[in-house]
Amino acid sequence: MERLDRRLGLLAATPLATLLAATFLAPLVVVAAFSIMPAKVFSLWNVPDFSAYAEFFRQGYWSSLAWSLGMAVAATLILFVVCWPLAFAMAKVYRRFTLVMTVGVVMTLFVSENIRLFGWVLTFMKGGMVEGTLRHMTGTGFDGLLYNVPVIVFGLVYVYFPFMLFPLAQGIAMVPDDARNAAADLGASRARILWEIDLPLAAPGIMVGSLLTFVLAAGAIAESKLLGGQAVIVIADDVETAFTYGQNWPLGSALAMVLIAIIGSVALYGVSRVDLDAIMGRRR
Amino acid sequence: MTEQPILHIAGLYKQFGDFVALHSIDLKVMEGEFLAIVGPSGSGKTTLIRLLVGMDEPTEGTIWLRNRRIDTVPANQRPTCMVFQSLALFPHMTVGQNIEFPLKIRGVSPDERRARALELLDLLRLPRNYYGKRVTQCSGGERQRVALARALAFDPEILFFDEPLSALDYRLRKTLEKELKDLHERTGKTFIYITHSLEEAMAMSDRIAIMRQGRFEQIAPADVIYSRPVSRFVAEFMGEVNLFPVRGGSLSEAAGLAVAPSAMGRAPFDGVPRGTLMVRPENVKFLPAGGLGADDAAPDITLTGRMRAAFDLGSRIQYEVEPSHGGRIVVETLRENRFGGAMGTEVTLGWNLDKCHLIAED
Repeated sequence: MERLDRRLGLLAATPLATLLAATFLAPLVVVAAFSIMPAKVFSLWNVPDFSAYAEFFRQGYWSSLAWSLGMAVAATLILFVVCWPLAFAMAKVYRRFTLVMTVGVVMTLFVSENIRLFGWVLTFMKGGMVEGTLRHMTGTGFDGLLYNVPVIVFGLVYVYFPFMLFPLAQGIAMVPDDARNAAADLGASRARILWEIDLPLAAPGIMVGSLLTFVLAAGAIAESKLLGGQAVIVIADDVETAFTYGQNWPLGSALAMVLIAIIGSVALYGVSRVDLDAIMGRRR
Repeated sequence: MTEQPILHIAGLYKQFGDFVALHSIDLKVMEGEFLAIVGPSGSGKTTLIRLLVGMDEPTEGTIWLRNRRIDTVPANQRPTCMVFQSLALFPHMTVGQNIEFPLKIRGVSPDERRARALELLDLLRLPRNYYGKRVTQCSGGERQRVALARALAFDPEILFFDEPLSALDYRLRKTLEKELKDLHERTGKTFIYITHSLEEAMAMSDRIAIMRQGRFEQIAPADVIYSRPVSRFVAEFMGEVNLFPVRGGSLSEAAGLAVAPSAMGRAPFDGVPRGTLMVRPENVKFLPAGGLGADDAAPDITLTGRMRAAFDLGSRIQYEVEPSHGGRIVVETLRENRFGGAMGTEVTLGWNLDKCHLIAED
């Protein structure tokens, strides 16, 4: 009986497994294959070499990667600090207002990311809302707030806000009120409760939120292009250039593979450290 | 025991919006006492314990712990501690870390903490190798003991319990009731135990406070609560009871009771009794079918009725008798004294004055 169930389960999973294999796994395999082709070829029928990976170290691509990862880490940390109080309030303090907040935050996702970023460009550019208003009122202006690293990080924080907020709120909702009350009853201050009870028990939510924002921010391109101008080049920018302007598919593939390898190992490590079943509703 | 109470509640009043949860409650608890607070859900006992441990603030009134006023002190600065209904163990910690938690907060060194935790494992009769076990892997009874050990590690002046046994099965509950009572004797601490089960309260406590609609109905030792309740509510709270309205001296008119002439004039029939006469099922006896023998003394109060049903309770048998004037009388006998007759038989019941109690209210 159990064996039959297992066979039926496998059968039921076949359509989705096929779809995933065709649309998710196959492109990855193609990219991986292209990454070990000689430079500037457009077919996989060539003698494999690792010249594209060598290019990664020879040219300055590692610095693009460092910028991408660095800004992703910064955005993740800032988002965690910004979202924690809000997520806490949504999970434990607000009652009906939580729904209002959820709808409000989700609604921003209805507008395309690029359009929202252009909104910030209009706000921050020279002669835009901030600088223009200031010059109008004081008579002296400045060069605007765009085209630097902090504004890119700001953009990342802004765009990936919901991806941190909701998993965090979910994680905090899993912290039993009784555990917090008991800790207080046993003499713990608010700070101790945060450190000893809230953070460890909300860890799955923290991990999911951080991974989502980090992974998305590390591969982000729009924020650095629109808000950052040419202040720094991110790795996704390099990948795009290699595939389009550079017409060097093997190089683009190799850069993509390096990014995938790093992000993939971070994600796998993170996921292995927390009990993801818990956040999906299984009782502990 | 010292003269001064360890806990003194005066005029404690709590209101939520328009709803009054506690009506000016007064209570004194002596050092080392085991007090049970019993009431149905919604009686205000949970509100009361939340005020006592500091999870909520009273609208009015004061709470004194010895000479210190604590009603405005936040929970984490009160020298009291509670065992939660859910136990509220920290699921991400081991048994040892749970027990050591209050000591860690207090800044006790790791070695000392460990030593104390092991001592407490011994006290609660948990194996010492449970120290490193995850609480999520412990059984219900073991978790109960861990929660107790953690509370004792805090070394509270008063230990509160919020129905911690209610989720357990019957046999485990009985075992833990005995252990808790034993633990109370061994530690000498003051225990205040909240429960909706009077049976549980009677099994453990020195005194029982019965709560109803935000007030204390009666505060007394178990014996008094059982045999001399102050109200119908208290009488009916503890299992089956037979109640008869009493108006003046004419008992038989109201309830079909026959009172022997010798009983008139004796308590509670001295003066003009008015209220409700209570008799517990186990105090009602079946009189022999063929009438009393020459040597048998007639009981003070008798009534006749028809046997309706019998329920096997294990060591005892419970019967339902329908009196001739209507209603329902519950009788309990030991198994060995079971009633031999058939259902529907006419029976005569009787009991003596010292077995019944007159409740003053109607």
